[in-house]
Amino acid sequence: MAQIKVDGELIEVPDHFTLMQAAEAAGAEIPRFCYHERLSVAGNCRMCLVEVKGGPPKPQASCAIGVKDLRPGPNGEPPEMFTNTPMVKKAREGVMEFLLINHPLDCPICDQGGECDLQDQAMAYGVDSSRFWENKRAVENKHVGPLVKTIMNRCIHCTRCVRFTTEVAGVSELGLIGRGEDAEITSYLERAMTSELQGNVIDLCPVGALTSKPYAFQARPWELSKTESIDVMDAVGSNIRVDARGREVMRILPRVHEGVNEEWISDKTRFVWDGLRTQRLDRPYVKKGKKLQAATWNEAFSAIAAKVKKSDPTKVGAIAGDLAGVEEMFALKALLASLGSSNIDARPAGSALDPRKGRASYIFNPTIAGIEQADAILIVGTNPRREAALVNARIRKAWRAGNVEIGLIGEHADLTYDYAHLGAGIDTLAELAAGKGAFAKTLKDAKRPIVIVGEGAVTGASGKDVLALAAEIAEKNGALSDEWNGFAVLHTAAARVGALDIGFVPGKGGLDTAGMLKASGKGDLDVLFLLGADEIDFSAIGENTTVIYVGTHGDAGAHKADIILPAAAYTEKSATYVNTEGRTQMTSRAVFAPGEAKEDWAILRALSGVLGVTLPYDSLTALRAALYAEFPHLARLDGIAAGRPADVVRLARDAAPKKSYALVSPVTDFYLTNPIARASAVMAECSQLMAGLKQAAE
Amino acid sequence: MLEDKDRIFTNLYGLDDWGLEGAKRRGSWRGTKELLDQGRDWLTNEVKASGLRGRGGAGFSTGLKWSFMPKQSDGRPHYLVVNADESEPGTCKDREILRHDPHHLVEGCLIAGRAMDAHHAYIYVRGEFMRERERLEAAVQQAYDARLIGKNNIHGWDFDIIVHHGAGAYICGEETALLESLEGKKGQPRLKPPFPAGMGLYGCPTTVNNVESIAVVPEILRRGASWFAGLGRENNTGTKLFCVSGHVNNPATFEEEMGTPFDVLIEKHCGGIRGGWDNLLAVIPGGSSVPCVPGEKIRSAYMDFDGLREVGSSLGTAAVIVMDKSTDIIKAIWRLSAFYKHESCGQCTPCREGTGWMMRVMDRMVRGEAQKREIDMLFEVTKQVEGHTICALGDAAAWPIQGLIRNFRHVIEERIDAYTYKATSDGAVPSVAAE
Repeated sequence: MAQIKVDGELIEVPDHFTLMQAAEAAGAEIPRFCYHERLSVAGNCRMCLVEVKGGPPKPQASCAIGVKDLRPGPNGEPPEMFTNTPMVKKAREGVMEFLLINHPLDCPICDQGGECDLQDQAMAYGVDSSRFWENKRAVENKHVGPLVKTIMNRCIHCTRCVRFTTEVAGVSELGLIGRGEDAEITSYLERAMTSELQGNVIDLCPVGALTSKPYAFQARPWELSKTESIDVMDAVGSNIRVDARGREVMRILPRVHEGVNEEWISDKTRFVWDGLRTQRLDRPYVKKGKKLQAATWNEAFSAIAAKVKKSDPTKVGAIAGDLAGVEEMFALKALLASLGSSNIDARPAGSALDPRKGRASYIFNPTIAGIEQADAILIVGTNPRREAALVNARIRKAWRAGNVEIGLIGEHADLTYDYAHLGAGIDTLAELAAGKGAFAKTLKDAKRPIVIVGEGAVTGASGKDVLALAAEIAEKNGALSDEWNGFAVLHTAAARVGALDIGFVPGKGGLDTAGMLKASGKGDLDVLFLLGADEIDFSAIGENTTVIYVGTHGDAGAHKADIILPAAAYTEKSATYVNTEGRTQMTSRAVFAPGEAKEDWAILRALSGVLGVTLPYDSLTALRAALYAEFPHLARLDGIAAGRPADVVRLARDAAPKKSYALVSPVTDFYLTNPIARASAVMAECSQLMAGLKQAAE
Repeated sequence: MLEDKDRIFTNLYGLDDWGLEGAKRRGSWRGTKELLDQGRDWLTNEVKASGLRGRGGAGFSTGLKWSFMPKQSDGRPHYLVVNADESEPGTCKDREILRHDPHHLVEGCLIAGRAMDAHHAYIYVRGEFMRERERLEAAVQQAYDARLIGKNNIHGWDFDIIVHHGAGAYICGEETALLESLEGKKGQPRLKPPFPAGMGLYGCPTTVNNVESIAVVPEILRRGASWFAGLGRENNTGTKLFCVSGHVNNPATFEEEMGTPFDVLIEKHCGGIRGGWDNLLAVIPGGSSVPCVPGEKIRSAYMDFDGLREVGSSLGTAAVIVMDKSTDIIKAIWRLSAFYKHESCGQCTPCREGTGWMMRVMDRMVRGEAQKREIDMLFEVTKQVEGHTICALGDAAAWPIQGLIRNFRHVIEERIDAYTYKATSDGAVPSVAAE
């Protein structure tokens, strides 16, 4: 611990603290533009200047100088810093004046207006008039892609965006060229940025130089209602804030959660909101003849009742999709159980994950934050950059900090960090499990190894074998102790872990997804409920199956449906989601669902009444009470009910794969993984751009 | 007055052979091994005792700087970096060393390297110095061939010298920007602390010295610290290369004792001021980045670090720019402002924004197209830049203007008056800056 006097108040801070941190610890506010606690220190804006005693006799950048860099006084007095002296005030006013002389006064038409660091700090350190009689600098705007809009006149050269893209996102796509007054932030030859995290530069930009292109001129920050919620675009469960005006979501911003997304979100999370407005199912539809026709809720319900009542319970099935909340799956499971069917599944792709094998067998046990403690990481059959961009960012963070070796079995891809590509197929995995190869030794020597298994890898013919081999590798290399559980399943869908938690899998004698599709093809399935399931093979569904689609968007599922029940999207309901690490989180309603659409659980509750098997809850609270009674861990919001390492040990066995094939990621297009994203014009543009770039590169 | 026997650079004008043979004839590489064998502490203390102050401009004690290097290596190599990025307008001393007496530098590198336990020296040569770099590379090669340096050399201290050619940016003469550039990055100064002695080139302990500081070391050690300390004035010892340019009869670069009065310097080496001493307007005594001194004040000033501080300026690189009364002093300083605006790296705010602002106000003041209160405003702006930047370029850009305003305010005011009197509607004077 080091002692320092801040404005006369003696405080004790850890040795590694900078003056800025010390000042904050003492409650003194220090203005800053370039400094950001998750990026390297640049010290170039000079706004955080403070006066020090025990250092050089000129103002010092408090972000860049450590408490330990100051010398104690002649008699050993602690060094002093001042944040409110005339020297400091003058220095800050001087810097502010310099920042403003070339900054346009276009706040009224600037999208950053109202939430602009420069605007705010100018209120404190600016003066009311300018002494700058010269012309202001003009800088050409840069085209950096469909997501980020640039108005480079406003740039104050803090280089936060440059540091973010190089350090966190891992792409060197932005840089500062030129020098002096002519220095400009630009991408190389005006190429569009390719990072899946690029939207974060919008938040980082302290001025309006980088703003959101889709959101441009749409709304002002003060007219938006802000709702704290959870993202469902991937299984990370990023904490977000949904900004809405009236009935429309206007934008999505990240919230800080150190354990999950720090303060970043992926572009899909951030820019998907235009997909919430288009292709929406806003009223029930019933197929008459070959054509879907708008209907009332009662018509739709009675049509369903007619079908269900005619059919044998064993010929009724339900599949839950990628975006379903725990509550509605719980209700659907109960509904099917009441009807006497055990044909339920929440694994549309048919993965080998099974809740009966224990929670540890299907969650990301080491947790996302735990990645930073790992000293060896084996990635099996997943492309984390596409499947869970923020998990990938966390791996990169660990890699940048050093001390972690990374190996990959699966398709070769640019993951923004170096890794050893061990092979593409299951045979490589088996060899590694047998202790062959250089990486086997790395894993053996590691104290806290992590084995990340993609959901895609445990799907398919040898999915069970992959799961067993991965568990075996984890077990053999000491990843399954009581202190450290390094077995990590990386899911691709927000609904999955919650579904497995409540056992939304076939009961005794029940059919799984593949079984139901097969039965349907043979004409042995009469009614199939799809709870937002759009990722199944619809061509396998037979003529005789009545498909009831409960969902939000006119996507694949709705096209195949015979009866459509319009539901609420994740921004329109309060629903529980369990992320890949098993963390229970809850969304909040930011806006109301469009038209006649209702919240999913309410639809199922009403339907149960029509079907004569009324579910025993009349409100969401009552539903949750029943849910929590059965699955108490879901009541602990933001908590992770840890899995037992022994469960993973039981999973492990020497599986000799009958047939080896290459492990590929199920996510081929990062931008188009779910119905909401597929309805988004912005995501479509990003997807095309990505495809075009690929072609150009090949 | 420096006697010929006390000169260090005896081939400053290239009249003799620059190569190894000539250098040996003039005394270089003599007894180098004995010097090295005295050990690290002796070398550092001897340089400290000589009172040698860094010749790059700041005037920090060279021996003291060397002593900041870690005594014991923690596994990281130590590096010596020689700053041959001589870009200060008016300065042309290192250039003469590089092309006419390079072996002083090569030998100095070896000795300085020994004094800081470094086995590698990087010499960063200014981008525009093509021939000088070739000459230096040839000299280094000669030294390698003669096994004076390199692995298993005759001096028993493995030593490599790498000559690096810069790309011609003034800011790369700043020591940390130089290190960045040497590492292959954009030449932008680093934040200090950490200082290079703790974490410099490639994160290893590094000392950056000026060419002249290193080149004089062998002679100092051979002749003894007391010889060097006996020259010049107290605290400002030794000899120094002066580069006099501008309105003197014979502009020249020459070696002279520190603390020689300005008029003696000019009369002896440069044949006096053009048009006589009464025609002297002002002198910039230390390269473009120090304030100018009016003629009457500089005449009897001692040309060393402390002597020039007394007249409100500084020795800098000892590049003396003499201006007689035919000079438009405002325009002269404007030219320097334009230089600093062009060479600002753009990293930190006050310098990036301030240099352009200052230059543009100066631009108007050259024409007189300004308000008198803007003189004070300009002065305030220079104060807002000075001391608020990462490196010293901000200070360097501010000082010439401060010197101008302090010493020649009446000239600026007269210029403004003259412009105002003949103002026409199309050349109207800006009324209030705020409007």
